[in-house]
Amino acid sequence: MAEKVLMKGNEAIGEAAVLAGCRYYFGYPITPQSELPAYLAKRLPEVDGVFVQAESEVAAINMVYGAGSAGARVMTSSSSPGMSLKQEGVSYIAGAEIPCLLVNVVRGGPGLGNIAPAQSDYWQATRGGGHGDYRTLVLAPNSVQEMADMTIAGFEFADRFRNPVLLLSDGVLGQMMEPVTLPDPVDYEVNSKKWALGYNGKDKGERNLCSSIFLDVDELEEHNWHLYQKYQVMTDLFSTGEYKDFAVEEHLCEDAEIILVGYGIISRILKTVVEKCRKRGIKAGMVRPKVLWPYPTHVFERLAKTASQFLVVEMSCGQMVEDVKLSVNGKKPVYFFGRTGGTIPSDFEILNEVDKLVRPD
Amino acid sequence: MKKVFSRPESMTKKPFHYCPGCDHGVIHRLIAEVIDELEVKDHTIGVAPVGCSVFAYDYFDFDFNQAAHGRAPAVATGIKRVRPGSIVFTYQGDGDLAAIGTAEIIHAANRGENITVVFVNNAIYGMTGGQMAPTSLIGMKTQTSPYGRDAATAGYPIHMSEIIATLESPVYVTRVTINSTANLMKTKKALYNAFKLQKEGKGFAFVEVVATCPTNWGKKPTDSHKWLTENMLPVFPLGTFKDTQGVEKA
Repeated sequence: MAEKVLMKGNEAIGEAAVLAGCRYYFGYPITPQSELPAYLAKRLPEVDGVFVQAESEVAAINMVYGAGSAGARVMTSSSSPGMSLKQEGVSYIAGAEIPCLLVNVVRGGPGLGNIAPAQSDYWQATRGGGHGDYRTLVLAPNSVQEMADMTIAGFEFADRFRNPVLLLSDGVLGQMMEPVTLPDPVDYEVNSKKWALGYNGKDKGERNLCSSIFLDVDELEEHNWHLYQKYQVMTDLFSTGEYKDFAVEEHLCEDAEIILVGYGIISRILKTVVEKCRKRGIKAGMVRPKVLWPYPTHVFERLAKTASQFLVVEMSCGQMVEDVKLSVNGKKPVYFFGRTGGTIPSDFEILNEVDKLVRPD
Repeated sequence: MKKVFSRPESMTKKPFHYCPGCDHGVIHRLIAEVIDELEVKDHTIGVAPVGCSVFAYDYFDFDFNQAAHGRAPAVATGIKRVRPGSIVFTYQGDGDLAAIGTAEIIHAANRGENITVVFVNNAIYGMTGGQMAPTSLIGMKTQTSPYGRDAATAGYPIHMSEIIATLESPVYVTRVTINSTANLMKTKKALYNAFKLQKEGKGFAFVEVVATCPTNWGKKPTDSHKWLTENMLPVFPLGTFKDTQGVEKA
């Protein structure tokens, strides 16, 4: 096992990608994710990899589509406005079932917004973003260590499910420095996917096609149900199956009366809030979804039986709160507190909200 | 009896869906013949566009990617970077390459990607039912230029070969057509040159084929090549705009 090193979140993703066997990066500059392409522009040539600064995010994601079609472990990264541009390609990639890793270091929106950290791309990330009946596996790290670990897991998941995987980060996580233990490198063989273009193993079929067009309505319906079934398998694996524990972190939930819910950087603040609540005699707990799609609905179904209320905290006007409401399904009240536009809520603000809910007088 | 003419090995047995008099089928065949002659069929990868040739992968007997509208050169870039030993080509129409995909083609050319681009210019959007293309002629009536293309509001036909030839990286840029047997043979030679250059790792090659669209031009197949010769070739003159390796002299 490698030693601990101090790294920025964005750089940790880059190094972890290399360790995961990714040798291809295609991207377009945008703040606040620039450290990642900068790192890979330097690092990839050292391992005979390819770094291409594309002419646009649209071109970058289509280069990813091509490289993924050819069997490579490939990635791109961007921030909110750039991710919007990439959605056309993501839809094609999902339709053609091409594995790849996407990174969105989220900034304030809509439109050009600003370059401060935000969580306002949750809907885009978890609802597809592009057109058509498809899903993207969405991972939400809350530390530099997890940015590295989830990058490696992301490539594994992408290959296992033949699906795009999105790492949803934000400006804080991307920029902050923390010690990180990097895992051992993975040996990845480009010529290992039988379906890939240019695959030349002895067991190759007639010819390979990577495509998302099914002009015949029956064929497209069959394809869409095939995708749906794959998404169901993923949902099961992340709720009751082998990735059950990967999908969510629970903190002091067993006896909690109020459950605070947040992902990414917010969860770090919520942990402090929970400690402060406990010191003041408030039985608070925290749920942190680490996977945003498939959503850890099962945890909320269980906690809705024991807790009396939920408070969802986000750096948006309220997006994930909808999934919590769907999961709790009216059994207990679900409240929301958010700051937006690039503002990060303080522990005091959140504590104040908890106080209002727990001690309404 | 000796067999003197047969289907190229690089073509499947699927009948073309193209309209009578459309040039796509012939251009497909020429590409297949060239791939056969260069003996690269087993490691060729095509990228199909959006447009009438969206199903090009049905007709070629090798690996294919079906790209989004205009993005074929970006997809081809990704494929070629992963598999530099493969022969990678895009096949694109004028709406795909000269309108929505202008950025992708210019930058793939400028990076000097070692790919081959076949650009079929018939001055109209075929698959969507005959709309004005960036290469439509001045005065040309289409579904979206019912009074004829007006330069004052819609600009002039774009000359992609000439534009791409201004870039440093491309090694071969040529414009051909298949309006006669002699020109058809020249087109085949141009395709051969373009793919051979890629095989030799020389760089980006671009072959523009001025072609027909009888259905959306509202012309009989027999009249279409005549119309092409009289109207399109004066605007899109045939010739080679760049040949840094001197393949045409060889």
